[in-house]
Amino acid sequence: MKKKKSGYLERTRTKWGYFFIAPGIIGFLVFSLGPMLYSLFLSTMEWNIITPKRFVGLENYRQLFQNELTWKSLKVTAAYTAMTVPLVIVITFGIALLLNSRVRGISIFRTIFYIPSIIPLVATAAIWMFIYNPTYGFLNGILRALGLPAQKYIYSTSSVIPCLSAMAVWCAGNTVIIYLAGLQGVSRQLYDAAEIDGAGRMQRFRHITVPMMTPIIFYNLVMTMINCLQTFTQAYIMTDGGPANSSLFFSLLIYRNAFTYQKMGYAAALSWVLFVIAGILTLILFVTSGKWVFYEDGGDNW
Amino acid sequence: MTDREIMTMPMQWLPERLRFENFSESMKRAPFLRYFMNSVFVTGINVVAQVLSVSFIAMGFARFQFKGKNFWFAAILSTMMIPYTVLMIPQFIGWQAVGAYNTYLPLTVPAFFGNAFNIFLMCQFYRGIPKDYDEAALMDGADYFRIYTTIILPMAKPVLCSVGVFAFMNSWNDFIGPLLYLDKESMKTISLGLQIFIGQYTSSWNLMMAASCVAVIPMILIFFFAQRYFIEGITFSGLKG
Repeated sequence: MKKKKSGYLERTRTKWGYFFIAPGIIGFLVFSLGPMLYSLFLSTMEWNIITPKRFVGLENYRQLFQNELTWKSLKVTAAYTAMTVPLVIVITFGIALLLNSRVRGISIFRTIFYIPSIIPLVATAAIWMFIYNPTYGFLNGILRALGLPAQKYIYSTSSVIPCLSAMAVWCAGNTVIIYLAGLQGVSRQLYDAAEIDGAGRMQRFRHITVPMMTPIIFYNLVMTMINCLQTFTQAYIMTDGGPANSSLFFSLLIYRNAFTYQKMGYAAALSWVLFVIAGILTLILFVTSGKWVFYEDGGDNW
Repeated sequence: MTDREIMTMPMQWLPERLRFENFSESMKRAPFLRYFMNSVFVTGINVVAQVLSVSFIAMGFARFQFKGKNFWFAAILSTMMIPYTVLMIPQFIGWQAVGAYNTYLPLTVPAFFGNAFNIFLMCQFYRGIPKDYDEAALMDGADYFRIYTTIILPMAKPVLCSVGVFAFMNSWNDFIGPLLYLDKESMKTISLGLQIFIGQYTSSWNLMMAASCVAVIPMILIFFFAQRYFIEGITFSGLKG
């Protein structure tokens, strides 16, 4: 009798559970899984939207690996990611530590650091185009006033990526806020206990703050990396991939192939390459995280 | 500032007088008011839809124990890690196939089916509400939908605000979506309109900055009024460690 009742309860729970999560499942199938599979199917086709699809097998993949532009844009994206991720992770952590101090008017500073990340990227790009403008831009104005030679910033093949990277740090207010929320969650008692034991400022930072923050550092690391890999808007507006393809990000290459040249199959193949790269990198981060990420509850609930 | 003042060398920091005409002038060169209203419309739908769908979906994940729950939860969360560029082409083809090119459907309909980050955020909050409430209400003969509407939702107001603010931000700042789906001048959103303006008037910095301000001001206002919810939202997502 008892068993039957618990079976009934379980069925009701399952029924209601699925009732509530149904929109989420539909959304997942229709807007994520379905498109992913469809794009895998497309990547084996030659298709320009107008004429019928033609099956070409792995031809798109063979072509893209032989295409110089693919490698060029992979290099650009890799260089940008390799430069931006450490910069963002370290600098925003420093800023968050400063913003966590208890000084009067701290909330004003918090607001100031967060504002760049809430304004539309298009507007940010406009501002930075002015900052980087070689003729009458802000930075060169300062350099000239100091009597230093002017630079070309985003208009030179060698400096465009570092310049976009610097801009990415400016926009990373979200990362700062996530760190800040984390810092405020670190228990006061730990610091007090350490202080009684005679631990100095640096020691407390190294042995309490950093270990307690590793789950958040890890989250920021994964999200920043994925965002860097799909950089699009900045390059599309500010440089259009130039000069000489030196800022041809992978997403821009995909966009051009799909929507400028109408090579849908080829572009789908490119996007799967990006997906696999992002997947492998994320997997590596997750696997290695066990070694350095510290979870208070033993790591069951990430 | 006039354009000439911006371009003088050495740099001139302060204008001779404030030139508010820049705003009206940039308005004349592109229908920014139209863009602005379009953005308000799209963003409005997104905010309402996200708040409804996310609070509903999260209820299932946070307050029921059933088979397959963890699988679906992991599946939905994993979408956070798919680069949008990968989904862009198949989604575009799909929307085009159903005749939704040059409509707001591609920019609004997905919001009715939740968003991974916001679902996660809601779940973390729901988990903190004691289950006793549910049991008491069940005793009184309410079903779970009633519990959702009369008990859980009212309690979740602060976190619903967070979800709304995040939805607002994502939708207002979205650039690739409108770029892909909107071609008609009268339908463009502010992000997209601004980009075209920048492209056409790269030499009139004063107008460009005036136009940017129009796009930025709502975000700043929202931020000032809802600052608390930004921070609370992130704290609730459990990232506090």
